[in-house]
Amino acid sequence: MEVVISLAIGLMAGAGVWLVLRPRTFQVLIGLSLLSYAVNLFIFSVGSLAIGQEPIVKPGLPADLMHYSDPLPQSLVLTAIVIGFATTALFLVVILALRGLSGGDHVDGHGEPP
Amino acid sequence: MRAELVVVPVLLPLATAGLMLLLGEGRRTAKAVANLASTVLSLAAALALLLWVNQQEAAVAFGVYLPGNWPVPYGIVLVADHLSALMAVLAGCVGLASLLYALARWQHAGVYFHVLFQLQLMGLYGAFLTADLFNLFVFFEVLLAASYGLLLHGGGGARVRTGLHYIAINLVASLLFLIGVAVLYGVTGTLNMADIAQKLPAVPASDRGLLHAGAAILAVAFLAKAALWPLNFWLPAAYAAASAPVAGLFAVLTKVGVYAILRLWTLCFPESAGASAHFGGEVLIWGGLATLAFGAVGMLASQQLARLAGYSVIASSGTLIAAIGFDAPQLSAGALYYLASSTLAGCALFLLVELLERSRMVELGPQQLDDGQDQLPAFFDAAPPTGVNLDDNEDALIGRAIPGPLAFLGLTFMASTLVVAGLPPLSGFVSKLAMLSALLSLDGAAAWTLFALIIVSGLLAATGLIRIGMRHFWTAPDRLPPRLRVIETLPISWLLALSLWLVVCGESALTYTRKAADALHSPQRYIEAVLSAQPLAVTSGEQP
Repeated sequence: MEVVISLAIGLMAGAGVWLVLRPRTFQVLIGLSLLSYAVNLFIFSVGSLAIGQEPIVKPGLPADLMHYSDPLPQSLVLTAIVIGFATTALFLVVILALRGLSGGDHVDGHGEPP
Repeated sequence: MRAELVVVPVLLPLATAGLMLLLGEGRRTAKAVANLASTVLSLAAALALLLWVNQQEAAVAFGVYLPGNWPVPYGIVLVADHLSALMAVLAGCVGLASLLYALARWQHAGVYFHVLFQLQLMGLYGAFLTADLFNLFVFFEVLLAASYGLLLHGGGGARVRTGLHYIAINLVASLLFLIGVAVLYGVTGTLNMADIAQKLPAVPASDRGLLHAGAAILAVAFLAKAALWPLNFWLPAAYAAASAPVAGLFAVLTKVGVYAILRLWTLCFPESAGASAHFGGEVLIWGGLATLAFGAVGMLASQQLARLAGYSVIASSGTLIAAIGFDAPQLSAGALYYLASSTLAGCALFLLVELLERSRMVELGPQQLDDGQDQLPAFFDAAPPTGVNLDDNEDALIGRAIPGPLAFLGLTFMASTLVVAGLPPLSGFVSKLAMLSALLSLDGAAAWTLFALIIVSGLLAATGLIRIGMRHFWTAPDRLPPRLRVIETLPISWLLALSLWLVVCGESALTYTRKAADALHSPQRYIEAVLSAQPLAVTSGEQP
């Protein structure tokens, strides 16, 4: 499972970095989204990956990380997702505004060649 | 002091912003009054914190507040110490100046200006007061989200174009912030800054590489916000494109990155941190020096005052980061004084930009093409222009009065120049003197490079600013005086009066920054103060 998660994080981060460095605004937006997915998965994975363990204390089981998954990274991911979603939406609005003002989708605001 | 005072500067702007959203899109006057009242009151709360901290003994000068009343390593903690209180007061002063300026004209350029302004203040205060790493991320996002909106305030192609770059850079920096936080959490198992610092020495050698990688990634996020070279190419364009009051407020935004570095680096990697002692200190020093040199050359190369002010922000960031990297209490004390002085002057410069540009616009004359009359504009005036010396011998026109607005602009511009360039008698000089005298006691090539660069950057800043001043004030004798409103002159006078106050009460100000630096360089006090905070006893048998 660790290999699958790390491959997924690496793939998304790699694709995200490549897209962020592209000159078209929409590619940058998708790149930022992919990067934020990669980061969210990464935060999730620092809380020790486990199957079938929930972060809710049950009677009879000692409350340690051997028996439960860490609830904190999950709440951090939740916050990060909300913030990332809001800022991505805002970025999309700015991209549309730039498209309207410059007539092109270059990140530096150059218009399309006719 | 009641511990609740620590949370007032965060809650008050938040409540005001929420209230203003309920007011809808109209009611400009009510919103302006609410904004002004909230800004003044939160500044007063920050000032009360600063005065309280200043009166306490060094070991107990920590106002700790537990917002959720959870025991310490588990819940969020807000802490006001010397550094936090100083930064909060600084943010409040700059915020008040920007708001007063915006009340003249800029508040009408967008519907949500006041809401965004209050959220920006909330993010600033929160970032300065929190003692929890993830909470710091949240406040960073609050202030950044508000700053995205404020940067676009007023609209126009230039703002949207530079705003896009600014947002993209900061989104990537925020992702790096998250990665750093996650790694630090993975290594130490806690997010409380004091708890992290306490657990660092116990990190096993096998995890130390991971810890350093996480700290470095986190630092990159902060340094991108603090405009360290080469992560600062977006700054001059974005700040020059922003509307004047927003750019003035942004003068304190780069200092948030500097603050975060100062707080976490001195807390986590002090001399006593064993294998991690001074981790990355060399990078801070040389990166800061490169930034300072870049900013100084940029100031000399700038033709517009707005870009020059942007480069002066970069130069002051560079000076601060380099000074932090030495980890010397004397130097940090001077640097904190410099932080206050350069932030005030940077804000004043950004506010002056528009007023100076306005006086150039007057020179172009009123718009004559769209006046509704079918008449071509005259190519030259029949009457000789007034105010030009038409005397054949060009004798001096003795006794010609300088118009009030021009005199005000000239004097305040000169005062800002003195502060930014670090010339006597204003606070820039005192701050540079304090740093230079501290540097004399340090050895090594880096210390001497910083010593030389501080002096040379002052020269370059003075040259660049004086050149722009000459172009605006000397070379156009027939220029009509610009029209200023009193409310536009107030904030600039306020900022320069604060700068003057820093000189007049220089000894007490320097004593305060010295105490702040001492507190930073003995992190054990901070750790103990935070970890010994107890939640309030819960009455009526409820669980906290």
